[in-house]
Amino acid sequence: MEFQIIWFILWGTLWAVYFMLDGFDFGAGILHSFLAKNDAEKRVIINTVGPVWDGNEVWLITAGGATFAAFPTTYALMFSYLYSALLIILFALIFRGVAFEFRGKVDSDGWKKGWDIAIFLGSFVPALLFGVAFGNIFQGLPMDAEGYHGTLFTLLNPYGLLTGILFVLLFVVHGALWLSVKTDGDISKRASRVANKTWYALLIVAVLFLIHTAFATKLYANYLQNMVWLVVPVIAVLALLGIKLFASKGQHLKAFYSSCLTIVMITFTGVIGLYPNLIPSSIDPKYSLTIFNSSSSIYTLKIMTVVALLFVPVVIAYQIWVYRIFRHKLTVDGVIKDKEAY
Amino acid sequence: MDALTLSRLQFAATAAFHFIFVPLTLGLSILVAYMESLYVRTNDEQYLKMTKFWGKLFLINFALGVVTGITMEFQFGMNWAEYSKYVGDIFGAPLAIEATVAFFLESTFIGLWIFGWNKVSKKVHALSIWLVAIATNLSALWILLANGWMQKPVGYILRNNRAEMVDFMALVTNPYGWLKFSHTLLSGYVIAAFFVMGISAYHLLKKNKMDFFKRSFKMGATFALFTSILLFIVGDFHAAMVAKSQPTKFAAMESLWETQKAVPYNLLLIPDPANERNAAEAVGIPKLLSFLAFHDGNAEVKGLKEFPKGDRPPVMITFLSFRGMAALGILFMLLSIISYVVSKRDRLESNTTLLRIMLYSIPLPYIAGQLGWLVAEVGRQPWIVYGVLRTSDAVSKAITPSQVWVSLIGFTLFYGLLGIIDIYLLAKYSKKGPDDDLSSIIKTSREV
Ligand code: HDD
Ligand code: HEM
Ligand code: HEM
Repeated sequence: MEFQIIWFILWGTLWAVYFMLDGFDFGAGILHSFLAKNDAEKRVIINTVGPVWDGNEVWLITAGGATFAAFPTTYALMFSYLYSALLIILFALIFRGVAFEFRGKVDSDGWKKGWDIAIFLGSFVPALLFGVAFGNIFQGLPMDAEGYHGTLFTLLNPYGLLTGILFVLLFVVHGALWLSVKTDGDISKRASRVANKTWYALLIVAVLFLIHTAFATKLYANYLQNMVWLVVPVIAVLALLGIKLFASKGQHLKAFYSSCLTIVMITFTGVIGLYPNLIPSSIDPKYSLTIFNSSSSIYTLKIMTVVALLFVPVVIAYQIWVYRIFRHKLTVDGVIKDKEAY
Repeated sequence: MDALTLSRLQFAATAAFHFIFVPLTLGLSILVAYMESLYVRTNDEQYLKMTKFWGKLFLINFALGVVTGITMEFQFGMNWAEYSKYVGDIFGAPLAIEATVAFFLESTFIGLWIFGWNKVSKKVHALSIWLVAIATNLSALWILLANGWMQKPVGYILRNNRAEMVDFMALVTNPYGWLKFSHTLLSGYVIAAFFVMGISAYHLLKKNKMDFFKRSFKMGATFALFTSILLFIVGDFHAAMVAKSQPTKFAAMESLWETQKAVPYNLLLIPDPANERNAAEAVGIPKLLSFLAFHDGNAEVKGLKEFPKGDRPPVMITFLSFRGMAALGILFMLLSIISYVVSKRDRLESNTTLLRIMLYSIPLPYIAGQLGWLVAEVGRQPWIVYGVLRTSDAVSKAITPSQVWVSLIGFTLFYGLLGIIDIYLLAKYSKKGPDDDLSSIIKTSREV
């Protein structure tokens, strides 16, 4: 197989895993002020993601780094074309990270309220904007030999926004399921209710998205050419249905795994549709950035493949190990007693 | 201002801000890990208290290191797209490796360390902070190999309108990168050592928890003693490396205009860049500059006039920053030796002058570190990759000055606010002193 293809798969995988992991952090962050009835419950919610959010965010950093190393031209153009959108995402992520860490460090209501807003914005805004960004990438950016012909507002087109809303709803359901697994008693029940209700909205938006995709993008062309790939979107849809199936029976862990699968498969649905492009040009395909015209040299790709094969499995192993250590449910009592908690 | 100037300002501001937090992380992670190991080995609860107290400050600082790092990772593409296209084939690799081998490790195990007190055994808990310490130092290695490559490009060939990697091992073994790494690590260790001594001094002056802070101070002083001397030695090698591979930077660091042999080192010197000369030169030590540059008192050192004007870096900033850093480096060695001797003899309490000096010295190593980066980065100009790519050719074509204005102002305000909050929290928890109630941890960690 060509190295560009290996890196294309890795590139898609990094994003998929990132969305799967940070997705529930975003969901929990969006919900935390609404779901919790008092400060202790808010702390429970924040502490469910406490030990893992930073490790999850590094998947984003690695996705960025891998884009740089494997497809430098795409890294350069994508990040400079989407300058303002990325800037907003950056600010939001910075806000969120600091908020988790600092919220509990001063015992004052005003202080905590401020950081609660930061957690909400720092979760909602990136969730939405990652969706908008990917929606626009699926569609293609208005770029040609002269460069980029859009602004921040060009990105806010109907399809981009629809993808943004899809991401937000996916992550809200995902986060709500996470919380219903990781908490106990009342919070868990409320979270489960949110997941069950939001799922209907998610279903509607997902269907709209799949339909709109046929008109707004060329993603389906690859599937029409090679029907085998259709298994990926089909699994995505089945997993989406699975969420509801399990959640309504109260099997939250299974529902959560289903939503993991949904997110991964939706990401792959888009990524497979893009191939061989990384960013299509909406003006003329000859200006599209493909994995072949924007990649590093084969030598660099080989080196990076060795690095990835050596280290990514190790990373996955110890991340799973740490997830297992923190697999227990959090309770209000436990969090109040634990002085180390956020 | 154009997008180029603004992008340079923005990169300088965000990198400098990131580097307020990073060096303390580098050094303090090691000290905290050492404290926790002592606790595991001796079961002396004082060491557990030390781990927790310094660990808390470590975490407050760490948080900002992490969040400001993401900006750095994205900025190469956002503001320096032409650069990223031109050298991404070789420069992207260390960044991606840094994330894969270092950031994952530290971010995962920092979570285990913060939240794992009651979940894993004492040994595994101590191991997790060691992994964090190793990982932060590893991350510094890869980023500094990347930066080392910009300073002294190796292992590449110009092909297909870009620099392509042909020898990965040359990148990994680049002596410039390794020197940078050693020097920067040591500077982080000195920063951490002075931080620990300074805060301990504050409490010792208040006669607070004497045993606790005497032990801490002594640990800081011992660490400072070794690291500040090594830092000085490595700095000397670093300067020699610069003289060899970046003659323009070296000439600017020393404000040397004419090429000469057996050059003296003038302790007092006032550059006059407008007239391409020095306004004053006094107290010269014969041959010292030649010796510093090439470890040979009679060697020839190239002056700035040897190079076309367009290839020279700004002299004033480079010169003053270098002098400032070196002077501070000498001061740190003196202070470390005195602190070590006094704490070894257990005379800290009576030596309030020393304690006061150490308290107010906390910012000095930070300043030295920032000055060092000014030397490295401003002195590299007008090149972004020395001798290969000019900074003016590196900026993104797709961004407009107004976009960069917005982001620059945004970063300044936002980072300013975060900086204030962080300092407030650090001060609050530093003043509060150690927590005496360890019951929850000790009880449960015995049960695990
Ligand atoms: C506590 C901080 C500190 C102290 C006391 C010193 N340095 Fe330093 N120096 C740094 C912290 C630092 C740094 C932050 O680590 C830099 C910036 C870039 C780099 O690689 O290291 C640096 C850069 C730097 C450079 C430029 C490297 C380049 O262009 O790439 C030279 C030549 C020196 N140092 C030499 C010295 C000498 C001769 C010192 C005499 C005592 C000294 N430094 C003290
Ligand atoms: C964290 C400590 C660092 C500080 C304080 C710092 C400081 C600076 C400063 C002051 C400039 C502006 C120079 C000028 O335009 O006159 C600059 C530019 C730059 N630095 Fe650094 N730097 C740091 C680390 C790094 C590292 C590790 C890299 C690369 C891996 C890097 C890459 C760059 C680039 C790409 C520019 C922009 C182009 C240029 O002006 O040369 N910097 N930095
Ligand atoms: C200018 C180029 C730089 C880039 C692109 C960069 C990138 C990053 C990123 C993405 C993080 C966050 C990691 C996380 O979320 O866990 C980070 C943090 C950190 N960086 Fe930087 N950095 C730069 C400069 C430096 C320098 C000069 C050093 C060391 C000398 C350094 C060492 C560290 C360390 C030790 C942390 C602490 C926290 C952590 O890694 O999680 N970085 N950096």
